[in-house]
Amino acid sequence: MLDILHRYWTLLLVGSWPNGPLGGFAATLILAGAGILISFPLAIGLGMARVSPLSLFRWPATVWVYTFRGIPLIMIIFWAYFVVPAMTGFKVPPFGTALCAIVVYESAFLAEIVRAGLNGLPPGQIEAARSIGLSYGQAMRHVILPQALVNMIPSLVNQFVSTIKATSIVYIIGVEEVTFAAMQVNSVEMTRALPTFLVLAGYYFVACASLTYAAHRIEMYIARRRVQPAGQKPIVADAVEVAG
Amino acid sequence: MEFQLSFLTSGDVPSLLLSGLVTTVRLFCGAWILGFVVALTLVGLRTIPFAPLTMLVTVFVAYHRNVPTVVQIMVWYFGMPSVLPEPVRLWVNRSDTEFLFALVALGLNVSAYMSEDIRSGLRAIPHTQLEAARSIGLSAFAALRYVTLPQAIRIGLPPLINRTLILFKDTSLAMAIGVAELTYQVKAIENLTFRSFEVFTASTLLYLAASLSLMGIGAWFAKHYPPPYRS
Repeated sequence: MLDILHRYWTLLLVGSWPNGPLGGFAATLILAGAGILISFPLAIGLGMARVSPLSLFRWPATVWVYTFRGIPLIMIIFWAYFVVPAMTGFKVPPFGTALCAIVVYESAFLAEIVRAGLNGLPPGQIEAARSIGLSYGQAMRHVILPQALVNMIPSLVNQFVSTIKATSIVYIIGVEEVTFAAMQVNSVEMTRALPTFLVLAGYYFVACASLTYAAHRIEMYIARRRVQPAGQKPIVADAVEVAG
Repeated sequence: MEFQLSFLTSGDVPSLLLSGLVTTVRLFCGAWILGFVVALTLVGLRTIPFAPLTMLVTVFVAYHRNVPTVVQIMVWYFGMPSVLPEPVRLWVNRSDTEFLFALVALGLNVSAYMSEDIRSGLRAIPHTQLEAARSIGLSAFAALRYVTLPQAIRIGLPPLINRTLILFKDTSLAMAIGVAELTYQVKAIENLTFRSFEVFTASTLLYLAASLSLMGIGAWFAKHYPPPYRS
């Protein structure tokens, strides 16, 4: 196992970079990070629409969230592979296709985190904001969202972990991330499959376990920092768990 | 490309989709049962006050929670045959190898999450429940079996149902090692016919119908059986 790690750790970490395209675990992190970053603004819109008093906003957002929470990521990747080139009119590289699929998929899960964050605040917050004369939009922008977003940070970190794990399937359409690299190592080494895949598991484990630990620490920190009325439990957005 | 509904009823397409769906359901049910049994075992093992055993369970859970499910499937399918004892390997090779490894990998994966859900349910039960059970003379195991576990499962049911939904979607990952479940068959039909639109629509609707039913059960349960204690 150590000799596999010794021989291939750079291939697994950065792919063939700097002599070729950046791949390996770096590509995994970029894919997951970009996926979360792009889908987050979308998710704030969806989450706000989900708690909106207007059914015109509420219904489409609800359908969106339930649809993309209900189908496997591979199905969405297949759809993206087929729909994205048809819509844009040119051939999209595998990385772009995977990114589109992940953004759509994660937007549904992040929207649920945003919704939980918005619902987690006491109703007195919006009532107080409205009663001092702010519009619904102003109350959201200046009172509700800033508080809710801070409470969401631990769930967002956990969702980033879920996304890192979810990206492992995109090797199927040829994205050169870390699972793809491990498959290459496996086809070179032939008889060393167990150590190869355990090393691959180790890469994910180190990243995901430390991020989960960080999320836990942030959660503790936020809970401690909040001024709490006596006898009330700290307000922390519920974590919404996702496929690995 | 035009959408042709008739394509879905032509030739081998319906029978391929159906056989894929049946394999998906078999994989899902088998992995769920395996996962639930292992999860209960893990919860039971945690109650034994023996540090190395507790650590072993912790490592098992941490591995399955922090490594992608696909990678766990690959470890079983590509890696495990080299360390399995000869008779087991021969038996596995004679039967449906891909299916068995996918089932074991998915089952163990879901067991780690389920055991944590049950454990957080156990934590939500007031300590006095266990103390009362022990003081009327039940053993540690009997107290778990008859008093705290039934309550913990009820409290832990919403996350368990959510986990069940995720397991259902994760069965699609078994296509990575060539298990002929629904997603695999969809890809096979597409490769043969290039009717992507029709076959993707059909399979998406199938997955969606099953997922929405599971979500519906979860919502119904949350409404009719609210948790007995406010944690």
